[in-house]
Amino acid sequence: MKLIDHSRVLNHMKPRVSFNIFFRSLFLLATLFGLLVLGILLYRIISQGLPYFNFQFLQNLPSRNPEQAGVYTALIGSIWLMAVVAPVSLILGVGTAIFLEEYAKKNAITTFIQINISNLAGVPSIVFGLLGLTVFVRAFALGSSVLAAGLTMSLLVLPVIIVASQEAIRSVPKELRHASYGLGATKWQTILRVVLPAAIPGILTGGILALSRAIGETAPLVVLGLPLFLAFLPRSVFDIFTVLPMQIFNWTSRPQEEFQALAAAGIMVLLILLLLLNTIAVLIRNRYQRRY
Amino acid sequence: MGDENVNHSIQDLISKKFKKKRAGFSFERLVPILLFITALISVLTTIGIVLTLIFETITFFTRVSIVEFLTAKKWFPFSETHGSYGILPLVTGTLKVTGIAILVAVPIGIASAIYLSEYATEKTKKIIKPILEVLAGIPTIVYGYFALTFVTPILRNVMPGLEIFNALSPGIVIGIMIIPMIASLSEDAMSSVPNSIREGALGLGSTKFEVAFKVVLPSALSGIIASIVLAVSRAIGETMIVTVAGGSTPTLTWDVTRSIQTMTAYIVQVSQGDVGYGTTVYYSIYAVGMTLFLFTLIMNFIAQFVSRRFREEY
Repeated sequence: MKLIDHSRVLNHMKPRVSFNIFFRSLFLLATLFGLLVLGILLYRIISQGLPYFNFQFLQNLPSRNPEQAGVYTALIGSIWLMAVVAPVSLILGVGTAIFLEEYAKKNAITTFIQINISNLAGVPSIVFGLLGLTVFVRAFALGSSVLAAGLTMSLLVLPVIIVASQEAIRSVPKELRHASYGLGATKWQTILRVVLPAAIPGILTGGILALSRAIGETAPLVVLGLPLFLAFLPRSVFDIFTVLPMQIFNWTSRPQEEFQALAAAGIMVLLILLLLLNTIAVLIRNRYQRRY
Repeated sequence: MGDENVNHSIQDLISKKFKKKRAGFSFERLVPILLFITALISVLTTIGIVLTLIFETITFFTRVSIVEFLTAKKWFPFSETHGSYGILPLVTGTLKVTGIAILVAVPIGIASAIYLSEYATEKTKKIIKPILEVLAGIPTIVYGYFALTFVTPILRNVMPGLEIFNALSPGIVIGIMIIPMIASLSEDAMSSVPNSIREGALGLGSTKFEVAFKVVLPSALSGIIASIVLAVSRAIGETMIVTVAGGSTPTLTWDVTRSIQTMTAYIVQVSQGDVGYGTTVYYSIYAVGMTLFLFTLIMNFIAQFVSRRFREEY
């Protein structure tokens, strides 16, 4: 005798099963939506910018004539910015991470610093611009220089580097430290020669992520008063300069079609730069990452 | 005799070594202090932001009354004689854009999270998640360009009444920008729900959808809400998309088809213009920045509170 009537069970299950299939497709569609938008975005930019994207575009100065305009000053400016942000943010970020992970005792001050860092990560970038304007541009009288922009951007990306470095340092196993202490090494020797080398892939990956954030950021630099249009290069960190996102912003806000196409070409340069940075990050991670 | 000699020389060696190390010893003590100073920089940054905003905002309020700032219905700062400083139109602009962004991002983000956490195989997840995260890494000026040159024209084809600069287009694009944030954080929250709970529900005859909706979603709710609040905070502070595609006319209306100005876009507009240092307009950007800062700060505190208070421990 059959206690379970299969057809009845199936009948009863049917709406629930089809419900499941329906929602599964819906969820899949939602996931694909993001990928689709990314595809459209890239296609639009490449199809619009390609006619202007050539070697000359990289070498030309900005110009009122779209045929002769280029990104030379902005591209070099972005590289100057990276040259300031990379060392400053790495030293501050890794130093903070080492302090919090290796030296700090679990007390109120440490907790406060930690909470402060996560709150800092949530502050809108334009507010950092206001800080930079008041402190670096006006109080330190640096003007809209490479140094003022670089310091502002370093503070902006600091939380990213700190959190990444903390995770990297935390993932170095205790055994390595103990072995080092056992051989008579001091705490700083252990950190410098054992912990940091083991944590370096994670730290560098975080650093490159932070750097890509810094070169794509526009809002704080507008507040700092960087020019949208500049026909000469900075000679030192105290000179005025402009960066790729500012140049793109300038072209985007003009109504003519040609300038919009130039903006697309500028975006291509920026995205290629970002792609390069992220490829380096992935390579570092794959080359040096060890699992303990 | 020989033994004594050996002992002596070893002691010598040790004390010699110790003397040599003494120079290093002070360095050993100096390092934590130096590192503590670098750690203080992040605290100083926060203090700097707060003090900057407070002092310059106070200067602003010596010229414009705080009551006018909070209650006046017009934001019209560029007139010498009829200047009006009511923050409400700017706040309205920000809230409109944020609302649209959330309407776009929450359903799509959570649906993606459910798919990735409950339905997708490990392999699919490993491919899709990084691609989604690329969306989060694209500079906002690129999204601004996309909103102005692609989304707005399409919307204007569908809705002929839409102005070139409007709240709808940047709202949608900001929504797209924060999808990966909601999807990624919510997926983390859902993935941390232990499998034994899922298996229990499946064993009772639930379909995967029922497991996702009635078991996993409620258990991961605190993480999901925190991700949404963080996304709101991100949308409120977003600048370039609304500057490029939103326009520069602060209006106190909930009509999303018209040109707007958000708090962030106002700060950009003033920074770009030739506003002299020390003028009331110059100080107004700090007052607006202060308002913006308070909005995002409250959001961040809510997110931290929610994820701590309502977390289910397994």
